[in-house]
This record gives sequence, structure tokens and C-alpha cells, in this order.
Amino acid sequence: MSLAIAAPKPGIFTRLRLKVPFLIAVAIVWLLIIVFVAVFADVIRPYPISQMNLAHRLAPMGTPGYWLGTDELGRDVLSRLIQSIRVSLVIAFGATILSAVFGTALGFLAAQFRGWVEHVVVAMADFQAALPFMIMSLAVLAFFGSSMVLLVCLMGFYGWERYARIARGLAISASAQGYASAVVQLGAKPSRVYLRHILPNVASTLIVSMTLTFPEVILMESGLSFLGLGVQPPESSLGNMVGFGREYLTRAPWIMLAPSLVIVMTTLSISLLGDWLRDRLDPTIR
Amino acid sequence: MTALLLEARGLVQQYDTSRGLFGRATSVRAVDGVDLQVNRGEILGIVGESGSGKSTLGRMLLGLERPHDGQVLWQGQPLPAPYSAAWRSLRAQMQLIFQDPLAALDRRMTIADQIGEPFIIHGLAKGAEAMAKVAGLMARVGLRPDQAGRYPHELSGGQRQRVVIARALASSPRFIVCDEPVSALDVSIQAQVVNLLRDLQEQSDLTMVFISHDLKVVRNICDRVAVMYLGRIVEEGPSDVIFSDPRHPYTQALVSSIPKAGTGLSHRVILQGEPPNPAARPTGCAFHPRCGAADRACALEVPVLELNRGRLTACLKLRATGAQAA
Repeated sequence: MSLAIAAPKPGIFTRLRLKVPFLIAVAIVWLLIIVFVAVFADVIRPYPISQMNLAHRLAPMGTPGYWLGTDELGRDVLSRLIQSIRVSLVIAFGATILSAVFGTALGFLAAQFRGWVEHVVVAMADFQAALPFMIMSLAVLAFFGSSMVLLVCLMGFYGWERYARIARGLAISASAQGYASAVVQLGAKPSRVYLRHILPNVASTLIVSMTLTFPEVILMESGLSFLGLGVQPPESSLGNMVGFGREYLTRAPWIMLAPSLVIVMTTLSISLLGDWLRDRLDPTIR
Repeated sequence: MTALLLEARGLVQQYDTSRGLFGRATSVRAVDGVDLQVNRGEILGIVGESGSGKSTLGRMLLGLERPHDGQVLWQGQPLPAPYSAAWRSLRAQMQLIFQDPLAALDRRMTIADQIGEPFIIHGLAKGAEAMAKVAGLMARVGLRPDQAGRYPHELSGGQRQRVVIARALASSPRFIVCDEPVSALDVSIQAQVVNLLRDLQEQSDLTMVFISHDLKVVRNICDRVAVMYLGRIVEEGPSDVIFSDPRHPYTQALVSSIPKAGTGLSHRVILQGEPPNPAARPTGCAFHPRCGAADRACALEVPVLELNRGRLTACLKLRATGAQAA
């Protein structure tokens, strides 16, 4: 597929290998571990997530067999954490990508057609921004019941208006700048102008925006789970674990500690990586 | 076969501006009734001050802007509506060379990819064939083969303009509009790029419209010249005739501003005042407030472009003297 374009360019991996700062390397390794855990959750999980052991309730960290301790029902925190990483990652990645694709597409449509299309998109974005999202999600989830697909879709619609605004503004200014209009006057179709020229040029801003949406989605999902409308027990997510662990904050802080740490580390890694990638992929900054 | 390639009939471009929320909308006529013929294989220069409508005219000749009134005929046929499929395929035959090459190039694409883009867009060549053609184009405009993988910001201004020229030539166009192609470049580079354009024009029998405010360059390269003032052509004729014997007072002022080696600037006609605001256009001949030869009739009657000693002029005074001579 990529045969035609592969020949003259230095590949992305050669560029990556050239120089990776230490912090970025740590972030990459952490994200690889997280993804590995999410993919192989079923294999590396020591216990089933709902297996209770009432003899070992609220066992502290370091208890043999329960290295991250157990919760109030004697369930292994490590096993639940591994499962939660998988669930939260699917939701956060799915929702971030959904909102980025949907928002960017609408923003480009507005920039291309202007006129009433633009008015409709901007009005929708304003409507979305003015709507208290939590209330709307509560209404939707209460009405349709909670499911993983619905949750991802709902979260995906949370951030789209920001992408739409950014993509529209950047595409309009790109057309005014000349390189886009130069390609248009070469006879290129709008699809080529937007996908081959404008998108790579505005990608850096969109990537940074994605690194902001990702943690927001995790936190939003935690909030919904905490209200009992997100991921339903016995299934668990990172936010869900933090929410239920809150009641035992003083007696058994480890229930909450592990998932909180994973949230912080993952979102931080994504922010660092996104920032670095944006600079690396820009040929003008080198 | 007629020699006429492109013809503009009564072209008008008008932009509406509003002053504030409740202000009265005013319209600015950037181009106000231009008739122009471009013959096959010639280089037509369009000169004038900034704001005289040169670039707008160029964009309308290419069909990049839909004229407010009038029409452009390409080989006898009206230009298709902008952004239609027919318009897009016609782009392969008519191209634009920009004033600012850095703005016209995508900074995230190597120059070889950008030069080869018209091949992909118009389905002319692909793969190894396209790469060979790109290498040929780069050699034609004087770029080294090792620069193929460079990005636009890694090149000098003159090299970037060569990239833009190579890209414009990729689809073997028949008609090119150069919109101030050298005014953003150093004087030493200007000559190289102008010579390159002239060589390319001779090699492939291109038809060019060369828009510039730099009369030295225009005299150097153009076969025919049209002088614009405030959206109208005031004098048009063969380049050597216009530059050796300008008739219209505005052209005389322009031509006298070209420095000549060995002579001082004693013959220079200095224009009084500033170019008028196109939104508040003077009555009659638009040039009369700044013209040394103007009288009251000039403020009342709009002069039309008519034949006068081997060129076209739009001036009441010249018509009067021409009539006396006849």
C-alpha cells in the first residue's frame, strides 16, 4: 500500500530512533506496559475479578498472594486493576478517537462549504458547549441503560466541539495562507487538499488537543461510574475503583491508590508523548 | 487556427465592504471593464501601482475568481464555473506562479513530492515514471537532484520560486499567469528567475501573463504591455513602443521613473498626490486629479480605450491631438 511513497522519505522509525529524551522513553515504556496489560488482561490476571475471599478482607499491600492488597469484599486489587485498565483504556481511546475524527470532519466541512453548513456546525458546537454534559449523559444513560458501546459513543461526543472549532479555524487560515489555495489551483479535489495538505499541517494542534481530551474522558467516566451510571459492577474501571475506594480512604488507602496512580501516570505519559511527537513530526523544527 | 488563446470581455470585479454594523455597504470596483486579448506564445505584461487591480485581473483570467460582470473566453469557450470538475481538469492547462513561494508551498512536504503533485492530481504519471519526470523538471528549472528530499524552509528564496515554477510546469500548461513572481526576491536572484521564465517560455511555446510593478523586469521580458490604473487599462501596446514612446500621461510618469545609466533623473515626471481610493473613484478620467495635462473635460467624460499611433490609449487629450493630426 505504501510502496509509492516509501522510497525517498526517511521513515518515521528512523526519525524516532535518532534521539529520544529519557522522560519520553519512560512515557513510551509506561504506555507500552499499559497497552500490554490491557491486551493480555485475561492471561496475566491472578484471580477472577469477582472472586471474593472474605477471610482476607482489606488486606494491606504486600500480603503474600495479594501484592496490592484486597478490597472490602476480599477481591484482589491487582486483578481488578488489570481489568480496569483494559476497560478504561478502551473507553478513553475509543472516545478520544471518535471525538477527534467526528469533530475534525465537521470542522473541515464547515471550512470547505462555509455558508449555511458552517452556521449549522458552529451552532451545534455552541449548543454542545452550553449543554451541561453530565446532565445529558445522565439522561441518556438512565433512558437507554448503560452499555460499553453507548458509553464510548457518549464520551466521544463530549469533546467533538473543540476539534470542530480548531479544525475549522485552522483550515480557514490555511486556505488564506496560500499553500492550500495553491493546491486547489493545481486542480486538486477538496479531499486531497484537506487530507494530504491541511490535515498534516494542523495535526500538531489536534494531537495536543487529543492529549487533553484523553485524561478528561477518564475523569468523566470516573464521575459517571461514581454516580452509578458508568461502568456497572461487578465490571470495574479505573474511575469506578477510585469511586468505591473513596469510602475506605482512611482504613484501606491502597484500594484507591493503585488506580489513581495509573490514571496519573497514563495521562501524564500521553501528554508528554503528544507534546514530543508534535515537535518531532514537524520538519520545520529540527 | 487563430492566434488568440484567451480573451477577456468587459471584465468587472466588485467587492462589497460594509463599514461597521450599521454602516452603509460600499462596493469597491477592483477591475472596472477590462477587455484584453492574449495571443498564443506571447508574454503580456500587466503593470500598474499596487491596488490597480492587476492581481485580480490575473485571477479572473485564470478563472480562479468568477467575474462580477463580463466573461473570459479560453480558446473561444467561456471558462467553466470555479471548482467544477471541468474547471479542475482545465487547471492542467493554466497555472499560476505566486509572489511568495514560501506561502505557496506546503512546509510539511518535500519539494519532490510537491513538484510531482500535478502528476497525481491529473493522473498523468505515477511511480517511477513520475519520479523521473520530477527529476527532469528539477533539472529544467536549475535545482540540484540532491535537493529533492528537502523541505521548503531549507531552500533559499530563489530556489523556492524555482520549485513553484517547476510545479506549475509539471502538467505542461499552455498558459501561465506570473503574479509578481520576482518582487519577493533579491535583485541578483530576480534576473536569474526572469531569465529562467523567458527560457522556459521559448522552449515550450508558453503563453504568459506577467504581472508586475517593476517596469525594468517587464521591459526585459514582455512582448506586449498593458498599463492599468485603478482597475482600467489606460495604455496597451507592443512593449518597445510603450517604453520608447509612452503617450498616456500616467505611462509617461511610470516610464520616466525607470533609472537609465549615465543620465540623471532630470526628466522624471513626479506624480502629485496618492493613488485614489477605489471606493471613491474620481469622476471622468480616474487619473485626472494627478494628471498634469488634465482640464475640466477630463473630470466629466470617461475616456475609452482607442487606437492611437500603434497602441491603444484611454485619454481625452490624446484623442484630441490624434483627431487634429488626422
